[in-house]
Amino acid sequence: MAVGVQVETGAAKKKSSGTFTRVARYTVSRLVMLFVTTVISVYLTILIANMGGYVDTIMKAEIRENTTSAFMNNKGLQQMAPATRATLLQATIAQQENRLGLNTPFPIRSFRYLGNALTLNLGSAQQMTSDSGSKQVRLIILERLPATLLLMGTSELFLFFSTLFLALALSRHYASFWDKLVIALSPSSTVPPWFYGIFLILIFAALLHLLPFGGLVDAPVPTNPVDFALSALKHLILPASSLILASFFLSIYNWRTFFLIYSSEDYVDMAKAKGLTSRNIERRYILRPTLPTIVTQFALLLIGVWQGAIITETVFLWPGLGRTLFRAIGFYDTPVIVGTTIIYAYLLALTVFILDIVYALVDPRVKIGG
Amino acid sequence: MNNFKKTLQDIARYPSAIIGAFVILVLVGVAIYAMLAIPYQKAITLWRGGEDVWFMNPKNVPPAWFNFFTAKKQPVSFVINDQQGQMTREVKTHSDGSQSITLTYSFDYQYDYFPQDILLYFKAQFQAKQPFASLVWMTPDGRKIQVSNFGVPNLFTYRFSQDTVLQAKLHGISPQIALFADPKSPDPNKPVPLKGTYQLVISGVTWEPNSDLTCEFVLHGQVSGLAGTDNYRRDLMVALLWGTPVALAFGLIAAGGTTFLTMIISAIGAWYGGWVDGLIQRITEVNLVLPFLPILIMVGTLFSHSIWVILGTAVALSIFTGQIIAYRAIFMQVKESTYVEAAKAYGASNWRIISLYLIPRMIPTLIPTLVLSVPSFVFLEASLAVLGLSDPTLPTWGKIIDDAFNNAALYNGWYYWILEPAALLMITGVSFALLGFALDRIFNPRLREA
Repeated sequence: MAVGVQVETGAAKKKSSGTFTRVARYTVSRLVMLFVTTVISVYLTILIANMGGYVDTIMKAEIRENTTSAFMNNKGLQQMAPATRATLLQATIAQQENRLGLNTPFPIRSFRYLGNALTLNLGSAQQMTSDSGSKQVRLIILERLPATLLLMGTSELFLFFSTLFLALALSRHYASFWDKLVIALSPSSTVPPWFYGIFLILIFAALLHLLPFGGLVDAPVPTNPVDFALSALKHLILPASSLILASFFLSIYNWRTFFLIYSSEDYVDMAKAKGLTSRNIERRYILRPTLPTIVTQFALLLIGVWQGAIITETVFLWPGLGRTLFRAIGFYDTPVIVGTTIIYAYLLALTVFILDIVYALVDPRVKIGG
Repeated sequence: MNNFKKTLQDIARYPSAIIGAFVILVLVGVAIYAMLAIPYQKAITLWRGGEDVWFMNPKNVPPAWFNFFTAKKQPVSFVINDQQGQMTREVKTHSDGSQSITLTYSFDYQYDYFPQDILLYFKAQFQAKQPFASLVWMTPDGRKIQVSNFGVPNLFTYRFSQDTVLQAKLHGISPQIALFADPKSPDPNKPVPLKGTYQLVISGVTWEPNSDLTCEFVLHGQVSGLAGTDNYRRDLMVALLWGTPVALAFGLIAAGGTTFLTMIISAIGAWYGGWVDGLIQRITEVNLVLPFLPILIMVGTLFSHSIWVILGTAVALSIFTGQIIAYRAIFMQVKESTYVEAAKAYGASNWRIISLYLIPRMIPTLIPTLVLSVPSFVFLEASLAVLGLSDPTLPTWGKIIDDAFNNAALYNGWYYWILEPAALLMITGVSFALLGFALDRIFNPRLREA
């Protein structure tokens, strides 16, 4: 590959500067690429969320209808002269449309949405409010974030570590009874989490009355923080278990197959022939080369947490981000939809970028920009 | 042909594959039966029908076969009219043109619980003066209870449970309980029904020469049909039957469409390379950032509720995923192989190489992927229905679950309402998964366990 700057003549110097420019060029081109991808995806989301502008028509009709019926019901306004009232009605409608920015043509507004999103200026929601009464998208998201982090964080972290260690143990006992059991149970993951949720609610809430049907805490909300935490924990068990159950066996199966592939490499056989302890072989010959994949999976898991689980949250009435996004779609509330999407897109792009660099550090076989 | 036979023999060695394939065949059979027995238009009319279609059904009751598993029997719904049940009709014509019509309905009640309601659907023909009817209830132990008497308009429904006058006469106990209660019940607060033959006698009088009075007797039991009923009295069987073709069609079309299109597009990208390949890769990267479910929800809310539009969107969004990258890697290898070089040497066209040399190499890995992705699409339809985004006309399994959830079925103890569609979804998903995993092991022998 061509190297742009070559002032030094020493062979060693030339090589290091070559590597540096190569890495820099790669980093910059990768960053640009990721940024362009993010911009396109966010713009597409904006277009879809507005139906290419058709939502404007719906919203204008809604404003007209609501304002007109409010005028009809207002006794004070009925005494006005009809002409004055009609002017006032038009003015109110125009004001409402202006508030939602509907008088700006959609193409211009769509780019304004995009610009605001990219600068993380999330702005204020059109219809939704946070529980504390704010219309700021930032506050709406922040208010729901803890619930989602609690549910998704608990279940995803538990899933990740438990399946990883179980799979490692299974790969040591290839074709044992437990191995076969896991293989037999792996089709259980074709069923989505909310579906397990229904059965868990049926058994533990409806039949046994052990755990609540849904929600985040008991009503009335406990004032003591310890009671609050215990109550939330009690409500967490069912949704978290349904999320865990839905991918538990397939996840073990996938990790197990993955470890098995790496433990049938020639260098592992070589290590065995040398007489290394199985602990040593596992740590240095099997786990080491699998590290990049494990890191990737972990990173993707962390950003996956951000999205929440729309349907599981709906079934369990869990006040998380997934439900907020679902409600925002129902309200055609573009700022909220775009707000959650842009943060996810940024997190994903950032993770992918960091992973590229981490890969190069962890895995000597990967050569940047080569 | 030989290959095909060998594959079949391979499949026969996996019992899970046989079970899976058998269940899928049964489901296909059910789907065909459903479409033949209840044509599309009829299914929609039935499912959207109200009281006029489903009046003979009770509300929210489990299926009739629940009685097989309990010692104490729940009453089963039945109808008595001209065509079915024991009913006699006596007409006496008087000299002044008036008629006395006596309708006697008798039935055997051998259940341990009380019915949900009793209804009489009257139809009367008259010019100016309404016919008059008086109702007498006769219990097996010989008691005669005056139920009510009233003039009958053209169409009239008399509900025993809604008659407050009758309830007051029966010491405040709901008529559908009081009329069946054994007066010698051990605990008067917990009455038990008296078993035996009951009779309802309707004595009607019409005043005009061409006037007539007919009536249909409907008892709403506590169990009904093979699948039970929902809150609109609809027989769930209609939706369970019709859910089968919808689920199979959705799953198979989406899975087939996604896998084949993914393969063809990645083959084209790998073969032509250059900007085509680059474009496909960029689209994939953009698509990985787009949130799948939220976009489907937006399309469902904003664009169209039609199940086929949502299916198309789901396919389009599922094409450009990690799978296309995996296929591309394999095609890049195949592209370098000698037989492709030979094809190029004899002057084969691009399309010939793609369709006859590249794609056939992928079929073995493709079939298991296709079968394995069917359940996820079947469940996707159900998932969207649970969010309230299902086709408003078609009855589907997911929609039953959604209806049940909206009516707090689990909280109210109507478990059958959720369990029936859930069981069918589960059976469909697991059978495709069993077959798919077995096929995966057959076509990709490296995965085969000891």
